[in-house]
Amino acid sequence: MIEIDRLTKRYGQHTVVDDLSFNCASGEVLGFLGPNGAGKSTTMKMVTGFVTPSSGRAVVCGHDVADDALAARKRLGYLPEGAPCYAEMTPRSFLNFIADIRELSGSNRKARLDEMISQLHLGPVLNQTIDTLSKGFKRRVGLAQALLHDPDVLILDEPTDGLDPNQKYEVRELIQSMAADKLIVISTHILEEVEAVCSRVIIIADGKILADDSPQNLAASSRYHNAVRLTLSADSNLDEIQAVIEQLTSVETTESNSQHMTVTAIAKSGSADAETWRQVNDIVSGKGWSVTGLQLETGRLDEVFRQITGGAQA
Amino acid sequence: MNIINALFRRELQSYFSTPVAYVFIVIFLVLMGTFTFYLGGFYERGQADLGAFFSYHPWLYLFLVPAIAMRLWAEERKSGSVELLMTLPITPWQAVLGKYLAAWAFTGIALLLTFPIWITVNYLGHPDNGAIVAAYIGSFLMAGGFLAIGSCLSAFTRNQVIAFVLTVVMCFGFLLSGFPLVLDMFSGWAPQALIDGIASLSFLTHFSSISKGVIDFRDLVYFALLIVTFLYANTIILQWKQAD
Repeated sequence: MIEIDRLTKRYGQHTVVDDLSFNCASGEVLGFLGPNGAGKSTTMKMVTGFVTPSSGRAVVCGHDVADDALAARKRLGYLPEGAPCYAEMTPRSFLNFIADIRELSGSNRKARLDEMISQLHLGPVLNQTIDTLSKGFKRRVGLAQALLHDPDVLILDEPTDGLDPNQKYEVRELIQSMAADKLIVISTHILEEVEAVCSRVIIIADGKILADDSPQNLAASSRYHNAVRLTLSADSNLDEIQAVIEQLTSVETTESNSQHMTVTAIAKSGSADAETWRQVNDIVSGKGWSVTGLQLETGRLDEVFRQITGGAQA
Repeated sequence: MNIINALFRRELQSYFSTPVAYVFIVIFLVLMGTFTFYLGGFYERGQADLGAFFSYHPWLYLFLVPAIAMRLWAEERKSGSVELLMTLPITPWQAVLGKYLAAWAFTGIALLLTFPIWITVNYLGHPDNGAIVAAYIGSFLMAGGFLAIGSCLSAFTRNQVIAFVLTVVMCFGFLLSGFPLVLDMFSGWAPQALIDGIASLSFLTHFSSISKGVIDFRDLVYFALLIVTFLYANTIILQWKQAD
């Protein structure tokens, strides 16, 4: 659905996107992840045809974005960063304008408009000027605009930025509900979002791809993969417990947090999946510690992200 | 065509959903009246024509039309909505034309609202109404020329003040290009053909013949070419600026 071939963007001496190549297909929710200034937005702008690449090309649904821009854009829905709108319009007139441009007509037009308004809960603000709306409503107007023509490819630049937790949840639900027959590309720096909605993650920094995998596999490369976290009652002796756990054959090392009363046993790399879990369980029941919680970790995406993008300062 | 129509309607509505339209129209009409009756000596002339009215149009347009044109693209760029607009399935020509025609229609509305002066002159005497219609057409074309220049320059910057100042200066040059102020910069070093060419670009020369009621085909071609040239430049600047 989207083919990106050696896409490069330079501003003067500065290379923002550096020889990027990847393909993605319908049914995928691709999370575009990277530190600020990594080139996420610029890549999206090139795929939507807003920014002309210095070299390389992007193809959307078989249409080259440079040579066959209109055909490509007809298949695309795009929410630019910050969800810019015409502030003096009302959501109703704005969506009608988009429907005109998208050449929706008749019953389909009405059905799509109604569906967008109900899915994004725009009903109460339809006749208010966009200028006066809260950030959350503005973002949802932007989303409605991108989704209105039911595009095959949806490109969303930070779709949940500025939304409250309930709204974030709803937007994620919406994205997931549409994922089956579309290609959705979202850029974000919220890692929980990636875990919640994405089937594939591309991490970029300085315009280069550093990782391209499923969120599960990426999390599995974390040192916390298969780690076991014990939460203990307040009167427990953490040092003693830590020393005992560190002796286990499948445990590489341990970390403790005296504020939260936790000890985390980090699995040796290469040990079998449930091995650490089993050993820690055995010793907990054997020693009779007063454990209030026991948790198996699948890995921490934020830690992998920091590791990959080299953001030790973060 | 539907697309241009949609862009046109959106743009024109946006004038009237903000105070811009009302402020502009009121100021335009007040200044038109003041210029005609006080500076132009409408009554003192004792003639049943609108010469006093039309002769001030170029000077009013010089400041008022850039004020309309400055927001056309600079505002879109400032608010970021240009990214939304230019990633919709529309061509740069459609975008430029839709917005331009809306701005032109808006100045047309303001111009039509000067009709009381036409009623006045018909009440007072028996003017040549054909000549007045011709002068209105000329004035509308001239506003279109100013607007095309303004739209083009507005695409250069995200700052409306810069767009305004650039447009005023450029329009001033076009107004006076048949006069010594501009021609003296070229006489002495430039070939005569170039000087004649520059002189023939003058808005005032082309407008003055139309405003006397003479619709010369060459004047119409002049304004049409001017508008098309600047709108074409507008699409190029838009794409060029967008690439960054």
